[in-house]
Amino acid sequence: MGRRIRKLVSGLVFLGLVGGGAFWWLTKPAPWPAAHWEGLGEPDLANGEQVFWAGGCVSCHAKPGGEGDARLVLSGGAPLKSPFGTFHAPNISPDETAGIGAWTLAEFGNAMTRGVGRNGEHLYPSFPYASYVRMTPKDINDLWGYMKTLPKASDVAPGHELPFPYNLRLALGGWKLLFLTDTPRAAVDTADAKLARGQYLVEGPGHCGECHTPRNALGGFEASQWLAGAPNPEGEGRIPNITPGSKSIGGWSASDIASYLESGFTPEFDSVGGSMVEVQKNMAKLSAADREAISAYLKAVPAL
Amino acid sequence: MKIRALMLAAALAGLGVTAVTAADEPQAVRQQLMKKVGAATGALAGIAKGEKPYDAEIVKASLTTISETMKTFPDHFPAGSETGMETEASPKIWENMDDFKAKAAKLGSDTAAVLAQLPADQAGVGAALGGIGKDCGSCHETYRLKKN
Repeated sequence: MGRRIRKLVSGLVFLGLVGGGAFWWLTKPAPWPAAHWEGLGEPDLANGEQVFWAGGCVSCHAKPGGEGDARLVLSGGAPLKSPFGTFHAPNISPDETAGIGAWTLAEFGNAMTRGVGRNGEHLYPSFPYASYVRMTPKDINDLWGYMKTLPKASDVAPGHELPFPYNLRLALGGWKLLFLTDTPRAAVDTADAKLARGQYLVEGPGHCGECHTPRNALGGFEASQWLAGAPNPEGEGRIPNITPGSKSIGGWSASDIASYLESGFTPEFDSVGGSMVEVQKNMAKLSAADREAISAYLKAVPAL
Repeated sequence: MKIRALMLAAALAGLGVTAVTAADEPQAVRQQLMKKVGAATGALAGIAKGEKPYDAEIVKASLTTISETMKTFPDHFPAGSETGMETEASPKIWENMDDFKAKAAKLGSDTAAVLAQLPADQAGVGAALGGIGKDCGSCHETYRLKKN
């Protein structure tokens, strides 16, 4: 009897090890092979700056309370509330110790597009790498070049405040297995260069879906509800639906959307509000052609 | 049974009263004021975008509307008007009333400053509108909640 139990237990332990091993193997941090980040040449800093604004880095990483050029001090610290706990954006200034100044392009690129930290750890998807995964190596290289020109900050941001089990980084591998994909979020006619550009900006660097798409209990997007609006993670109000089926902006023309992103005014001359204020400031720095591409894409996604 | 009917009648009467005076409720008054400011901003934007010809009188009237409205706008947020009538006012207004008032005052004084040196052409109106838009956004960022 004792022997049988022992056999059973060791069998379970064995299965557990195999299962755990399989889980680990399936969900281990997966950076790109080194060659992905090689041969990109000198960064184009002007493009890097455009990518920087498209990516909205300052909205979370700027030193809280800064205005104007002070926004370029990416010392982090701002809290990002979520149903899983409160995240604090880290220092991503080029400071060698407090920031990411000592990182290589590959380390930066793998954080951006694979959610893998410098020590090979999984990063939390509050950092929107599940959108940034769509970014081209060229844009990452240009962005990295630009970010190294920004001021250094020595502030160290507070750690994330996450209850168990969300404080287990290992589990993020499972999240990635389920939700980290670079497939298109919506089918649009990519033969149209404007739509293709809009799709790249919205689904990739712009990471619009991170707030405008509802999430399931595990924090992944509800794929059929792309940009259909979602509860405000900060607690009150809602993040609006921005598909052509939206009650609030479905009636806007593409040029209405582009002009809102540029000026912050709706067609009724109401103004931008909430966390979109920060986003609109970034969008205002893009080229008119890019704002038009975003608008064209938003008019082309399925109406929900 | 009778009591219930009576209560229902009283409730209906109550609704009727609310409907009659709805336009005077602070929620409705401030919504109207915001619409007024929006219309004035729209007139300025039409000129800034070149959709309408520059007209000094319209520019002056629009700026005056915004500046004057801001003098009284924050007075329409008394205790008890935090909810109802589809208000988009954030509870943070009542937590930080002084800051809320300061933001309204800033839009008022910035607009008054533009009035004192009236923009003389389309480009001038555009530049002024940029500053006004920033004031709108900086208040709406914290104090307005979109519900839909």
